[in-house]
Amino acid sequence: MERVPILKIGDILLVSIQVDMSDQTAIQLQEDLAERIVATGCHGVIIDITALDIVDSFVGRMLSTIASISKVLDAETVVVGMRPAVAITLVELGLSLNGIRTALNVERGMELVAATRADDWDALDGDDEDAETTATP
Amino acid sequence: MAMSAEQSGRLARLLSEHTDRLTERWTETVAASLRGRLSQAELGRQVRELHRSMIDAGRNGLTDLADEHGGELRAVLAELSTNRARQGFSASETAISVFAVKDALLELMEENKADDTLRDFVAFSALIDQMGLFTFESYVRTREGLIADQAEQLLELSTPVVKLWEGVVAVPLVGTLDSARAQVVMERLLQTLVDTGSPYAIIDITGVPAVDTQVAQHILKTVVAARLMGADCIISGIRPQIAQTIVALGIEFGDIATKASLADALRHVLRLTGVETTARRPRRES
Repeated sequence: MERVPILKIGDILLVSIQVDMSDQTAIQLQEDLAERIVATGCHGVIIDITALDIVDSFVGRMLSTIASISKVLDAETVVVGMRPAVAITLVELGLSLNGIRTALNVERGMELVAATRADDWDALDGDDEDAETTATP
Repeated sequence: MAMSAEQSGRLARLLSEHTDRLTERWTETVAASLRGRLSQAELGRQVRELHRSMIDAGRNGLTDLADEHGGELRAVLAELSTNRARQGFSASETAISVFAVKDALLELMEENKADDTLRDFVAFSALIDQMGLFTFESYVRTREGLIADQAEQLLELSTPVVKLWEGVVAVPLVGTLDSARAQVVMERLLQTLVDTGSPYAIIDITGVPAVDTQVAQHILKTVVAARLMGADCIISGIRPQIAQTIVALGIEFGDIATKASLADALRHVLRLTGVETTARRPRRES
């Protein structure tokens, strides 16, 4: 059985799906990802689906599940690199991948995760962060 | 009434014996119908070519235009009608170029009357009718090809995706949006988003004459697809009447940003991306 590699980049876990997803691969990925989020304490998950030609309802549900699992573990999920043909097919099928954030490419995805984290910090303790940033230099 | 091989030979003989007189009379009749829109020399060349291939076909014992012997004759006819179609002549004018030979033939045959003249003429006439129909079909095929080409060119012309700003692309839609065009627009826009890595797209519908539920559906689909890919869409260029139609039809754009003009949409995007736009104070000449 093929396994999808999970790479850690700074505070983000990068999952690049290069193989056709089977039920087993998907379940394995969910388990692996949950473990890695807990083990590394990362707060962002980026799923790169550039290589996927076909996204059906099964893969769509898998993405939703992964997003929900990450949310519970306090990590933000961003799906990046969806192809135009895939997006059109999903719209025609009426699957809108609710609750999943998307970005055009990995770079934008990382920016999005960083921006979301910054917003969260602002919302929680805006004053403290100001103090921190002024103290750093 | 089908033509026999014998009659076919007789037609070839008749045509070749009176070549000059026949082609002259033929050219005259065609020229009268075209009213000088084709040069006499060009017309004469076409008629002679047609005449020659009819003789060849007759000598080979042509009985039906669809026969294997009719290949060359069919090619000549197809070329004639293709040219006429491209030059802008009507279908009847093209067909008359073929039918005109009947008059010339009838004159000839009346002079040399024999027992089976009438029978022969009816048979020849049937063949010429077939030729006329064939030109008509070729003509229509050429015209259809032209129309298909033009439709394709129009499709390519009418959906440009332009870059407005770093990370902002716009699609100015012009003309009625049907399913085929909406599909092309959608694909091209999404591909451009990927190619340029732009997270914002503006769909400008200033040039769309009417927005009905179907057009709105197409636009909404494009916006949702762009969102799935991680880009935001703004719809701009909604004219007052169109706004009224949209409300009257009960179309919901949901949380999709709509702006009255392209300028407003661009300003909105720039604000989202954090670009400040301020008017520079005009420099005073002292």
